[in-house]
Amino acid sequence: MSSVATTQIKLTPERTRPRVSVRSRLQDALPKLVLAPSFAITIVFVYGFILWTVYLSFTNSKTFPSYVITGSRAYQRLWRWTFDTDPPSSWYTSITNMGIFGFLYIFICLALGLFLAILLDQKIRGEGALRPIYLYPMALSFIVTGVAWKWFLDPGLGLEQTLHQWGWTSFHFDWIKNKDFVIYTVVIAGVWQASGFIMAMFLAGLRGIDGEIMKAAQIDGATTFQLYRRIVIPLLRPIFLSAFIVLAHLAIKSYDLVVALTSGGPGGSAWLPSNFMYEYTFKRNEMAVGSASAVIMLMTIVAIIVPYLYSELREKPR
Amino acid sequence: MSAVATSTRQAPGGMNVKLANRIVIYGLLALFAVFYLMPLFVMLVTSFKTMDEIQNGNMLALPRAPTFEPWLKAWGETCVGLTCAGIKGYFWNSIKMVVPAVLISTMLGALNGYVLTKWRFRGATLVFGLMLFACFIPFQSVLLPMATILGSLGRFGVTLQNTFGTSFGLGNPTVNLVFVHVVYGIGFTTLFFRNYYEAFPTELVKAAQVDGASFFQIFRRIMLPNSLPIIVVTVIYQFTNIWNDFLFASAYAGTGDAMPMTVALNNVVNTSTGVVEYNVNMAAAMIAALPTLLVYVLAGRYFVRGLMAGAVKG
Repeated sequence: MSSVATTQIKLTPERTRPRVSVRSRLQDALPKLVLAPSFAITIVFVYGFILWTVYLSFTNSKTFPSYVITGSRAYQRLWRWTFDTDPPSSWYTSITNMGIFGFLYIFICLALGLFLAILLDQKIRGEGALRPIYLYPMALSFIVTGVAWKWFLDPGLGLEQTLHQWGWTSFHFDWIKNKDFVIYTVVIAGVWQASGFIMAMFLAGLRGIDGEIMKAAQIDGATTFQLYRRIVIPLLRPIFLSAFIVLAHLAIKSYDLVVALTSGGPGGSAWLPSNFMYEYTFKRNEMAVGSASAVIMLMTIVAIIVPYLYSELREKPR
Repeated sequence: MSAVATSTRQAPGGMNVKLANRIVIYGLLALFAVFYLMPLFVMLVTSFKTMDEIQNGNMLALPRAPTFEPWLKAWGETCVGLTCAGIKGYFWNSIKMVVPAVLISTMLGALNGYVLTKWRFRGATLVFGLMLFACFIPFQSVLLPMATILGSLGRFGVTLQNTFGTSFGLGNPTVNLVFVHVVYGIGFTTLFFRNYYEAFPTELVKAAQVDGASFFQIFRRIMLPNSLPIIVVTVIYQFTNIWNDFLFASAYAGTGDAMPMTVALNNVVNTSTGVVEYNVNMAAAMIAALPTLLVYVLAGRYFVRGLMAGAVKG
């Protein structure tokens, strides 16, 4: 092994003793020096900036940042708005939408992804052609997805119009213009984009299951349904967890799709907290409130991700 | 269900049931294929139609007289806000932003992964954990401070411009976006390379070390030549993410000539002056989608692997 490496790397023989020690000291520190810039950047631009945002949320910053702490007024306002349901406050709308969108998006993506993966795992001819069809939306930008679905769901141009032309004149589908239903169109487009990827995750998981277990269960007389219900799905637990993490953090970060698909919806009725943050910070000159909402978003992510990362990184050395 | 499944193995009539099963499965798969293809299909056919045909025809019909006009118009003439010079300039903005951002973040990720796996030190896991968590933060929580810093750098750039005749790129929106994407991309690239190098035989590195190879020699001669798959995965992942980004792009280059493609597309579609030219909008959307779609078609396997690596750690 070592002879291989010597052929590639020549040592300079005329080194003097002190130079070796300086050089070796440098060599020892080199790995850390190489990592240091990236680490420093992360500390400053991620953790430092997060603290900065937290700080701003306790000031009375409006159009421009102010650095005088004035207490938790921004949070108090958000808290009050949480219960402002009639007429609904922007914050109430945003977090309600987050609940609806988050739940449906995660649930449907998981269900549809698993369902498609199981179907595709039935020794399908043409699987190689079908898989990329299910998966390609993941390569698109949310903006492109939004533009495409905006057209498709537009009552005057898209699906409704087409079905009218085909003779189903009573068909009515104007969710995208309806303030009570617009968030569901975001769910449709979001599911369209991500479910294929979740399918791929489950499919990889299914392919990793030991065929012997399946055979043994079949010999024992398990039906197909029992086989999946009792054996396969429990074995896919880690995939469920990973997929959930991916979807949850995609859902909380969702911003572009709402903008491109609905432009915020009638009267901001399609806003998610991310849109709320952007609008309040950059358009409505309520920087402190915007920052407070960003902190709440971050806390939600922390609650989901940190336990996950902790367990992932801790298990490693075993 | 249970009766069906058992009968397939025993009864001779099972063949029919099995066939019916297959038909149902293929039918469902085809149905979903239609669901996934529909928006792309509609976008594509619409982009080749005339406005007349769009208003009077069926959304799903193929264009009667396919025309490239909308594509040419989207590329060279359509209005983005008040400037009517097409989206071509914004397309190049995106390229100018994506290429350096991808290269720098990938290179840093490779070095970081190398250090974190082959030159372990006390606290390496904590360092990695902190960098990894950065991948998941909602960028809203750093958006405003970054805007403030970029603003100050921009003003400093103007001072430099006045004194030295060059701003050294400070205040240039494209440079800003490259910087932002590198900063918030390092977590992912480090993750990719770390997981890949974890499985790389450490004995090889040790042996080279014994023979006196330096830190960088080992990296260049041993690690890099064996990293092609993960480099491809990382480049594709970063390319797709950065090309598709909208939040940073709209916050730091949301107006003016430096807009990236995604922001320009959103502006084209939401420009409300005059008649809305749906065919041009769709052509613009297709142009915005083409680079990442092309990557997906050419290197789908690596694309999926990248997504997986980002999702399933270890």
